[in-house]
Amino acid sequence: MTERIGVYICHCGTNIAGVVNVADVSKWAGEKLADQGVVISRDYKFMCSSLGQELIQKDIKEQKLTRVVVAACSPHLHEKTFRNACKGAGLNPYLCELVSIREQDSWVHTDKAAATAKAKAIVSGGVARVIHQEALEPLLVPIHPDTLVVGGGIAGIQAALEIADAGFRVYLVEREPSIGGHMAQFDKTFPTLDCSACILTPKMVDVGNHPNITLLTWSEVQKVDGYVGNFAVTIKKKPRYIKTEDCTGCGICWEKCPKKVLDNVFEAGMGNRKAVYVPFPQAVPKYPVIDDVNCTYYLKGTCKACEKFCPTNAIDFNQKAEEITVQVGNIILATGYDLFDARRIPQYGYGRLANVFTNLEFERICNAAGPTGGNIVLRDGKTAPKTVGIVHCVGSRDKNYNAYCSAICCMQSLKFAHLVRERTGAEVYNFYIDIRTPSKGYEEFYQRLLEEGTRFVRGKVAEVTNVARIPEEEGKLIIQVEDTLIGKQRRIPVDMVILSSGMQARHDSKDVAKLFGISCSADAWYIERHPKLDPVATMTDGVYIAGCAQGPKDIPASVVQGAAAAARILGKIQQKEIALEPVRATINQDQCSGCRICNNLCPFNAILFHEDKMVSEVNPALCQGCGTCVAACPAGAISGTGFSNEQILSQIDGLLLLNISKTAVPVEQ
Amino acid sequence: MTEETKPFEPVIIGFTCNWCSYRAADMAGTARMKYAPNIRLIRLMCSGRLDPTFVFKAFAGGADAVLISGCHPGDCHYVEQNYKAMRRFQLMKRVLAQLGIESGRLKLLWASAAEGAIFAAEINKFVEEVRALGPLNWSQPGEQVSTPIMEEVTA
Repeated sequence: MTERIGVYICHCGTNIAGVVNVADVSKWAGEKLADQGVVISRDYKFMCSSLGQELIQKDIKEQKLTRVVVAACSPHLHEKTFRNACKGAGLNPYLCELVSIREQDSWVHTDKAAATAKAKAIVSGGVARVIHQEALEPLLVPIHPDTLVVGGGIAGIQAALEIADAGFRVYLVEREPSIGGHMAQFDKTFPTLDCSACILTPKMVDVGNHPNITLLTWSEVQKVDGYVGNFAVTIKKKPRYIKTEDCTGCGICWEKCPKKVLDNVFEAGMGNRKAVYVPFPQAVPKYPVIDDVNCTYYLKGTCKACEKFCPTNAIDFNQKAEEITVQVGNIILATGYDLFDARRIPQYGYGRLANVFTNLEFERICNAAGPTGGNIVLRDGKTAPKTVGIVHCVGSRDKNYNAYCSAICCMQSLKFAHLVRERTGAEVYNFYIDIRTPSKGYEEFYQRLLEEGTRFVRGKVAEVTNVARIPEEEGKLIIQVEDTLIGKQRRIPVDMVILSSGMQARHDSKDVAKLFGISCSADAWYIERHPKLDPVATMTDGVYIAGCAQGPKDIPASVVQGAAAAARILGKIQQKEIALEPVRATINQDQCSGCRICNNLCPFNAILFHEDKMVSEVNPALCQGCGTCVAACPAGAISGTGFSNEQILSQIDGLLLLNISKTAVPVEQ
Repeated sequence: MTEETKPFEPVIIGFTCNWCSYRAADMAGTARMKYAPNIRLIRLMCSGRLDPTFVFKAFAGGADAVLISGCHPGDCHYVEQNYKAMRRFQLMKRVLAQLGIESGRLKLLWASAAEGAIFAAEINKFVEEVRALGPLNWSQPGEQVSTPIMEEVTA
């Protein structure tokens, strides 16, 4: 045995030492694993402290250690710490192995003898493995300074502006004709009651005019190739049928267009648009889009009214979809959310009872630029409601639909209640399970609503019906609810019901996640790298997430995430290079039989087949190090750096204490 | 306590992936959820890295059971490599049956990084199942393989 191994057992205060007999483990490793090459074995109160690290560094120098095993917490916490300590003492950081005797041992077991025995086995496994570890160098790859932002809602807008203002190019891709997202549809924002459009549109204009932002609306990402620092993204620009270089956005085309279309996107089905349209007057960019599904010309072959009247000849009915490829170093996904479809709860009557509205529909009714000019009226377009019921948690906090809390509905419902009372003087009932007002100024807004005389009924609404039982209920919508504060069933007749539908992940979020190589939670929200400490990065290097695509949140939280993702990327761009973990597969070309089994297994297309030499080769920059090809190679020609067969097989031996004796000796428990 | 009355304590080797199930184990630890100390874990980058040799090596080396764990289908950090683990798991069960080893000694468990509680509970369940099976006794050369196992092979 030529290796000189140092073993370090951490007490972690009493976290480990309270259950595991660390002195015993340390002594055992020093004696029983000596023939494996362990020359020194120590235990120390806090290995991760600077004194603990210095202890290791001193041993590396004085004892001429060639390998280090630290038994402490999870490698996800302190692997970097100990690798850096080794590096500081001149030992290649990948010759250090951190094994977990805290999360996997002392914290989960109560039997002290069994936990100590298990710690010995874990240390033995680490020692057996570290012998086969190799000195590795991180892969350095250059970072392309451009960034792709997907989604032009407030999170994407914020991210794009932050990066562009710092002097770097941003491609902002949006699938609708205009940026703005859901925020552009809202009337007021809680709790300040700022006009949503008034605070959003200046930012939209900034994006449209920014010299560093290439705005690609009415476009979708088709394909993503490459890896952090070097993504090649193919974007499909859908045909607008408008020559944007000639269009002035004068609006004559949509004024003259004879075809009215129900606007299900921006107006949430509450109003119409034309077949050639901009979604809303402040749209950015200002160019309209011809909706080729509804346009008379595309349906019947005649009309072309827009073309006749366009003063700059900007209409082009023959425009085709176009694909462009851009090179970017990093990507931000800010693809937003879908509204929960209230039709899924039939007892609430949405879609069946005319005067049951969703929250998005109500936003449009409230909005001065909306279909009713901001008049709060019933579906007939003229009658003002005298009583309004607002139902909270529609499709949220309900295990039949979505178990999570949608985070914004309480405040949004309070905002609605305020607006209804302010504009119509109607009586407003809020039906809530719990009122959740955790952010700055939110609780104060709730108190204000209580003082304004809005009624609050604590209980989940059972049913909204138009079947009257008493004359007072005739012609009304009756809300059947158990008032849990008085412990009684109540029937409350109202003129208008607003359903606070919750947020859902985009219907295609799983496809988008797959396209960009990131993961989704069970509810289809994108998963962040760490829920507390790394909320905008993903497990895929170079791909960041922001806004509601990550989970339900309000506007300030979306802005924060957009800015945070931008800051993370700016930091990466400034470094100019990124160090990738050298956990990669390599193919020994002398052993490769050219069977190509591995070629199809790789989801990153990292394995190339050389037709001339009839062998496969791994592109280390594309390889993510999963090791599936290593396990599949029938010739054993592929080896996985950092997780080689020798390392794993030896670790199995070590864990079973086969490295100590020739016969299998179970650890005494 | 004499040798006979001492309850059988199985030794189980568990393979975890770096992104989901190892983090589930970390989560179980952080939340101080208790489970049986019979399992010893090995971290791989992905359940797709699991070479069947690892499993057979563990059995050959004296493990009474082996746990394979990874991200839930659809949640794999490497897009779809856990499906490869799933297929290998089915193949390995058959090979084990041919070797005369009860298929209950090999378990596949999906656990997301948030599912520490599930991870701990499943380990406890598995330890009890293996305890019921008893120590792994390799069939001796020439020994007749019992019928239920043969049925499984031919099924």
